[in-house]
Amino acid sequence: MRIIIVGCGKVGQTLVEQLSKENHELVVIDVNPDKFEQVEDSDAMCIAGNGNSYQTLLEAGVKKAHLLIAVTGSDEQNLLCCLIARKTGKCQTIARVRNPVYSKEVEFLKKEFGLAMIINPEWAAADEMARIFQFPSAIKIDRFAHGMVELLHFRITADSPLNGQQVIDVRNKYNQNVLICSVTREDQVTIPGGDYIFRENDTVSVVARRYDAMDFFRKLGLMTGRVRNVLIAGGGKISYYLTASLLKAGIHTTIIEMDKNRCEYLAEMLPQATIIYGDATDEKLLDQEGVEHAEGFAALTGLDEENILLALYTKAVSKAKIITKINRIGFSSVIGNLDLDCVINPRIIMADSIVRYVRASRNSDDSDVENLYKLEEGKAEAVEFIVKENSPVTDVPLHELKIRKNTLIASIVRDGKIIIPSGQDKIQVNDSVIVVLAGYSISDLKGILEQ
Amino acid sequence: MNYSLILFILGSLLKVEGCFLLLPVLVDLFYKENVISSYLLVAGVCLILGGLASHKRPERGKLYPRDGLIIVALGWIVLSVFGALPFVMTGDIPNYVDALFETISGFTTTGASILSDVEALTHASLFWRSFTHWVGGMGVFVFVMAVLPMLGGSTMNLMKAESPGPSVDKLVPHVKDTASILYGLYLGMTVLEVIFLMLGGMTMFEALTTSFGTVGTGGFGVYNSSMGGFSPYLQNVVTVFMILSGINYAFYFCLISGKLLTAIRMEEVRTYLLVILVAIVAICIDSRHVFQGFFDMLGHVSFQVASIITTTGFSTTDFDLWPQFSKTILVILMFVGACAGSTGGGIKISRLMILFKSMRKELSLIVHPREIKKIRIDDRSVTHEVVRSTNVFMVIYFAILFISVLLIGVDEKDFTTNFTAVVATLNNIGPGLELVGPTQNFGFFSHFSKFVLMFDMLAGRLELFPMLILFMPSSWKKSK
Repeated sequence: MRIIIVGCGKVGQTLVEQLSKENHELVVIDVNPDKFEQVEDSDAMCIAGNGNSYQTLLEAGVKKAHLLIAVTGSDEQNLLCCLIARKTGKCQTIARVRNPVYSKEVEFLKKEFGLAMIINPEWAAADEMARIFQFPSAIKIDRFAHGMVELLHFRITADSPLNGQQVIDVRNKYNQNVLICSVTREDQVTIPGGDYIFRENDTVSVVARRYDAMDFFRKLGLMTGRVRNVLIAGGGKISYYLTASLLKAGIHTTIIEMDKNRCEYLAEMLPQATIIYGDATDEKLLDQEGVEHAEGFAALTGLDEENILLALYTKAVSKAKIITKINRIGFSSVIGNLDLDCVINPRIIMADSIVRYVRASRNSDDSDVENLYKLEEGKAEAVEFIVKENSPVTDVPLHELKIRKNTLIASIVRDGKIIIPSGQDKIQVNDSVIVVLAGYSISDLKGILEQ
Repeated sequence: MNYSLILFILGSLLKVEGCFLLLPVLVDLFYKENVISSYLLVAGVCLILGGLASHKRPERGKLYPRDGLIIVALGWIVLSVFGALPFVMTGDIPNYVDALFETISGFTTTGASILSDVEALTHASLFWRSFTHWVGGMGVFVFVMAVLPMLGGSTMNLMKAESPGPSVDKLVPHVKDTASILYGLYLGMTVLEVIFLMLGGMTMFEALTTSFGTVGTGGFGVYNSSMGGFSPYLQNVVTVFMILSGINYAFYFCLISGKLLTAIRMEEVRTYLLVILVAIVAICIDSRHVFQGFFDMLGHVSFQVASIITTTGFSTTDFDLWPQFSKTILVILMFVGACAGSTGGGIKISRLMILFKSMRKELSLIVHPREIKKIRIDDRSVTHEVVRSTNVFMVIYFAILFISVLLIGVDEKDFTTNFTAVVATLNNIGPGLELVGPTQNFGFFSHFSKFVLMFDMLAGRLELFPMLILFMPSSWKKSK
């Protein structure tokens, strides 16, 4: 697929990196050619110029492009660029729109500007954080089948009852309806067999209905109730979106922000929240605001280093569920070792959602990609497909299908019912099938079959 | 340095060369001169060594710019070292140093020969000699990239190191596709010339070897008289194709993808054609007494101008006998060279354009000291990095030129010979003046001088930096 990316900032670079791994033809446009150095390794063509210019878009081959993604720093520029591209060529367009003012008008903008998708990384990150605060046993929650099925990630601590257990025992002992999908150990993702033994610091992902998941986590002795109050350090856009959605769920939220004007703005926009004007990295202020008794804590300042420090401090003094926002992509192995519980990177969330869109828009007569989540930096994927009529995998018992290694059919959703599949089950047309796979990637369901 | 990756790529390169060496085998099957075994043996050695070196694909590979430069430099040396073996084994060129000189001259599309009697060679060797031009013209790594699955976008650094010109751009987003398009155009051009030449009465063998020499801007002929023995029609066909080969291949890509206006507006191509025109007119006026009749003159002069500016080096006549002013023009054209992104050598039109424009900018800066001005080409401003590297290129270029002239001076030949020998090799042209003139050869130089000239040819073809970076100890440090 030929994709034009306008804006080669941090988001643009992440997109180039992710999409070039999927072997698309990429053209990058940016006003500042110095930025291109960052994407040199990716196989992309770089064009210096303004993405809003018709001439530049023509040069980038907008007429032959399938998709244009506008991710410059300015919302207005992104929208204009998409509009021009839409009028010039036949390509689909995706715009990044971040301003909270517009975020309420997403549907209107999508329709009027003919956009395929509007991405708002801050909103997406806040949405994921809010989900975690409502189900704090997990460190990451991926949703499938309109939220009916969830892929829950959690870490095994030293005192966890799972530590040292075999996979096969876990299901029998705790809950029959919970399926263990993947285990991440030291950067390696595996889909465990029955004799796999859990160890400390493994990150495990399970697929289950919400009810079964709660039961499972309760038996494991992990906290399951949602948090009742959240303390947020930093009052940026993510804070705003997160607070708005937490307040809606009835969770009391306190924001500490060091810019007076921003505080005024937040106080006006979020009347139910407690806004504190002060430096969130001030230990005294944190204690004063009751960090010890906080059930949820989100470190959302503009600096990664500060966020990590705040998270480590809060971890030491309280039992709160902690979410750390990290903007940087590099050094992920070091950050992974820090025991930060739950790390959220807005850019990766956003890149994932675009990769999901791109995969989904590859027309296949076999199946449609409905959802896609990357696990452990893309070393594994969880993909949801809607099965179409011509698919070769339908109406065959699963144990008769020749499925590739490192592949797991995690669940089948049929007529609103969830099936955790066994060898006798069959996939039917219109099912939504959730597959977890490690070490390769697919864009249609028949890709799981051995060639 | 990523040694495992370098080994892998050099291995792939050897495999490709092994396959290329099978072509002369086919030629010999036709002419039956009993040299099959030599070519088969060398091809086998290349395939086996290449297979061994590249059987393990390095897991993660990232090519940094310096890796690109080093791989290209080493690759070309390896290519030449193995490519020279058949000449020795068939007995066509018994001395290995001479064979190496001939091979490097072939791959770098120079066309300088040490042979006094070309016609004595076997057909297989003549074919291989000309075919090296074709391989070297567009670049062997570009070919490797087009045919083999490579390791991601950082292979662009290979292409940047191998392709001539101050800045190398992709035609389409993927490096592999860009390489394929370039070779497609190159192949198309070759086939077209073969057809035109065969229509003019050349045999298949003559047409192929001549086309390799023309399209690759090499200049090895299969007769002692170079192109002199062929009819005016054939000479004119070659003139036209030489000029076409000196044009930036991006021009042809624009043409076939329907961007006519962009193609016509390419400043470099227009300047290139203008320079050719002016040179032809000037030489015609100066040397009108040498020829019989207008068309005879026009034919020879335009052939020679095209041959020199594109750095091909074919000749239809001994231009060493032309008047001094005409010879001076030719020597200056040797420096100018063809367009960036073509198969030709020399300093390149675009570099000279940048230099002239920065000269004008500096002058204007004296008048208006606070002026901010950008150097523009094709209505785009050239980045400071490109201007800087162009300036550095020129300094290194002249440094190598003068040091080489000094070094081969120990052979005690006359200055014109030494100077034009270096100019003709550093710019990948072939013939110079006096003792290395179009009817002469390079055979009389000492081994030492030949090595200096070989270095010049490689440095000229790879545009200096790759060969020089080999001598930088810090570039050999290990990295991931």
